[in-house]
Amino acid sequence: MSIWAYIFSVLQATIPAGTPLLYGTLGEVTAERSGVVNLGVEGMMIMGAVTAFGVAQATGDPWLAIAAAALVGGLLSLVHAFASITLRVNQVVSGLALTMLGLGVSGMMGKRFIGMPPRVQLKPVPIPGLSEIPILGPLLFQQDVLVYISLLMVPILWFMFYRTRWGLILRSVGESPATADAMGINIFRVRYLAVFFGGLMAGIGGAYLSIVYAPAWIEGMTAGIGWIVIALTIFATWDPARALLGAYLFGSVRVLQFRLQALGISPPLLNTLPFILTILVLMISAGEAMRKRLGAPAALMQPYTREER
Amino acid sequence: MKGLPRIRLEKRLDTPRWLNIAAPVLSVVAALAVIAVLFLVVGVNPLVAYGRIFTGAFGSLYGLSETVTKAIPLMLAGVGLAVAFRARVYNIGAEGQLLVGAICATAVALFAPGVPDPLRLPTMFVAGALGGALWGLVPALLKARLRIDEVLTSLMMVYIASELVNHLVYGPWKGPTEWGFPYTDKFPLSAQLPRLGVTRIHYPTLLLGLLAAVLANVFIRRTRWGFEIRVTGENPEAARYAGMNYLRTAVLVMAISGALAGLAGVGEVAGIHYRLRYPQGISPGYGFTAIIVAWLARLSPLGVILTSFLIGGLLVGGDAIQIALGLPSATVYVFNGVILLFVLAGDLFTRYWVRLEFPGRAVPVPGVRPETEEAV
Repeated sequence: MSIWAYIFSVLQATIPAGTPLLYGTLGEVTAERSGVVNLGVEGMMIMGAVTAFGVAQATGDPWLAIAAAALVGGLLSLVHAFASITLRVNQVVSGLALTMLGLGVSGMMGKRFIGMPPRVQLKPVPIPGLSEIPILGPLLFQQDVLVYISLLMVPILWFMFYRTRWGLILRSVGESPATADAMGINIFRVRYLAVFFGGLMAGIGGAYLSIVYAPAWIEGMTAGIGWIVIALTIFATWDPARALLGAYLFGSVRVLQFRLQALGISPPLLNTLPFILTILVLMISAGEAMRKRLGAPAALMQPYTREER
Repeated sequence: MKGLPRIRLEKRLDTPRWLNIAAPVLSVVAALAVIAVLFLVVGVNPLVAYGRIFTGAFGSLYGLSETVTKAIPLMLAGVGLAVAFRARVYNIGAEGQLLVGAICATAVALFAPGVPDPLRLPTMFVAGALGGALWGLVPALLKARLRIDEVLTSLMMVYIASELVNHLVYGPWKGPTEWGFPYTDKFPLSAQLPRLGVTRIHYPTLLLGLLAAVLANVFIRRTRWGFEIRVTGENPEAARYAGMNYLRTAVLVMAISGALAGLAGVGEVAGIHYRLRYPQGISPGYGFTAIIVAWLARLSPLGVILTSFLIGGLLVGGDAIQIALGLPSATVYVFNGVILLFVLAGDLFTRYWVRLEFPGRAVPVPGVRPETEEAV
């Protein structure tokens, strides 16, 4: 195989590897734009994964499985929303509790799925015409439908954030809730919806893992992806377009992690790559934020209340 | 959301003493009730499950001794986390710091022939504490210098530590006498901690844990640095105006909590396994469970002594029902997650008056001026 063919094959595998990260990050970007950090992404993702696998086994319908996974992720996110928005508890600890809960419940529910051969797998659907384009065609347009949806969501979310009234409301709630409140915006409703959307996305990301990327149920199969999502959200500077960049960067590392084993490098050491890269990416983001004065939404992690303004 | 009752929170001016005890206790009871529903869903009778957990953990001398054994790492790591969380430095990486402590202890036990035998165990504890502290310093420095969220970095360091252990036990440190298992060779006798009778209670580590709790309590309450930790946590603005050095506080609490988690790791390899093993074999998530231990103790180091025994019992009982009722090991995480959520919510009652308001019905609130009564 020529070096170009090799690079091409890595790139082609990168997109599916990065897709669960992209779903998770787009969701977390939205939640954090409203001022709520949800560290429960790992827990919501793994619940999405186990739900999707279970529903797919029971019904044979991958789309029902994906919808159920999204719903479960969304419902779980409401636990965090209630705790952090209504009860104003510590967002860090509440999100962490959600992750533990998701890891535990998915392990309990998924015990009977361990070792089961998958009944369905979402197969790639080449887009007629576009998939014929040299290089770009096989790269982008011979993927599965969930990849296409994730790619479409990037410009849609970008447009929503920066060009619509909805986006303005979302951003103002995350930047200055007191001002938004004075303008008659229901802070609580906006935050609940944003966190719920984050849950839906994390659920779909989890479903992608268990019925598309590696169709099977393995306990703890998210293996830290949900945490990388949190870091990617910072790296993305809360921008959907940069979320795409970050997700595929980590996707390529995931691919390389497996390919480099062939060179005889110890697999455990290769497994540390995404986590070392996460720290590096956070360092780069921090340096950039200081230079360009980019920052997190100003009200991030601050519960809102009228009385203690 | 018209028609639904609204939840209204009003700050308490002071918290009655009984509530500080009652809130966490009731939180745990409520959490157990919710978990009972989950048991029903997976077809397990919750009463049978809870009965087995209780008798498993406290119903026999063997169970009790195992409860104490599991309380040891929880206590050491939990005391450190209580100190860190007091400063609002969220060290989520105790699990990694524990594993690095275990690695350092193993290095001294197996690969340091120059250390005289009587000094071997003390050297292992020192090495483990230093290793854990250094592992904790990475997120502390990133936080203090670059303002990088320590939650993420400390957690990433867990994954890195865990893979490092894997690398060592599958690779360079794999013991030739271990029949191909991912273990190092067994520690020499001079590197094995004494145990209490036939139990697995490695009492030197237990004493270290108790000592750490007492010292941390004095440190937090009576020293200048402890005062700075409390102020930094309770009122970061005030701490800054008072000229307190955030860098120093963050580094200090991360080093303390890292070192204590490192000691816990030394205890596990030197007191239980006598070898380094794959990471889940050394710690079934003690570093994460210690977060709940610390929070349940309402971040009081002395309280951690009590809560580490309670949660230790839950782990032992959890093991018992896993075997008896065929539940997966992840069940422990369900307990962790639900209890943590309820303890957080329970905290609320100590800080606020919680009222339900029904729309269309005015609720007069004594002592509150009318203009603050607008519903949220």
